[in-house]
Amino acid sequence: MRKVKIYITLKEGVLDPQGKAVQNSLHSLEYKNVGDVRVGKYMEVMMEDSDDIENQVDKMCDQLLANPVIEDYSFTIEEVV
Amino acid sequence: MKFAVVVFPGSNCDRDMYFAAKDALGAEAELVWYQEAELADYDAVLLPGGFSYGDYLRSGAIAATEPIVAQIRSAAEAGKPILGVCNGFQVLLEMGLLPGAMLSNKHLKFMCHYETLIVENADTLFTNEYEEKEEINIPIAHGDGNYYCDEATLQQLKQNRQIAFTYKTNPNGSVGDIAGIVNEKGNVLGMMPHPERAVEELLGNADGLRLFQSILTHWRNRHAINA
Repeated sequence: MRKVKIYITLKEGVLDPQGKAVQNSLHSLEYKNVGDVRVGKYMEVMMEDSDDIENQVDKMCDQLLANPVIEDYSFTIEEVV
Repeated sequence: MKFAVVVFPGSNCDRDMYFAAKDALGAEAELVWYQEAELADYDAVLLPGGFSYGDYLRSGAIAATEPIVAQIRSAAEAGKPILGVCNGFQVLLEMGLLPGAMLSNKHLKFMCHYETLIVENADTLFTNEYEEKEEINIPIAHGDGNYYCDEATLQQLKQNRQIAFTYKTNPNGSVGDIAGIVNEKGNVLGMMPHPERAVEELLGNADGLRLFQSILTHWRNRHAINA
């Protein structure tokens, strides 16, 4: 088995209201050095290994897990020990 | 003319939509469960508001992976009117039948109140009973109604006159004040405001009824020509 770790973030330039709200709260807590905050999604998907796994994950992200109109994604595939 | 109102798990404006088509408009309408629907039997498809699949992952994303999507696509290709309201609009975006995507409202709040819309194009099959630039009052009720598309897409929407409705006072941050758009062919409309909640004076307002009447008028004209 492989553990696929997928990170989804809003694209650069797309307004992130959730990130803005978190940024404001961090400022309220006196973390004055905090700049822009972006909130994303993290997913773990367990998959059987195959030669095609990278391609498959890429397609999964494009088709469903991320919306390419507003989101970017990246992923790593790790061996499960 | 026979309308299908597609019901997904989590749809909650399906009965309002059914009421609008059946009682307020006086057409034939049926609620159809998404797994059993045979859309070929209907003249128009209504995708109601709500929270299909609890909006898990993204609004409309899970519903847009269901087998019924192929049927909605062929109905669209056949030129049948397809109206997606609120979650229905989100499903149409996630399906790729309309361009763009939906983000959370700019101020993150769920909003539920009347908005003034401007009819930007009174020349679609959904808007022929309105006047161009007419102002109408239609309620909104959404948390993810902040329509987004890139600049090139926005220019295309403008050039092709695909923007059907805009907000007079943008409540959610939507690009170009967009409240509703049609596809290039003009037979698929997605909009965040709820016309089905404004179909008779008893509900406070009947501005939404003319949208349904427009669909019927178009259908009648088309069939009169074909007959």
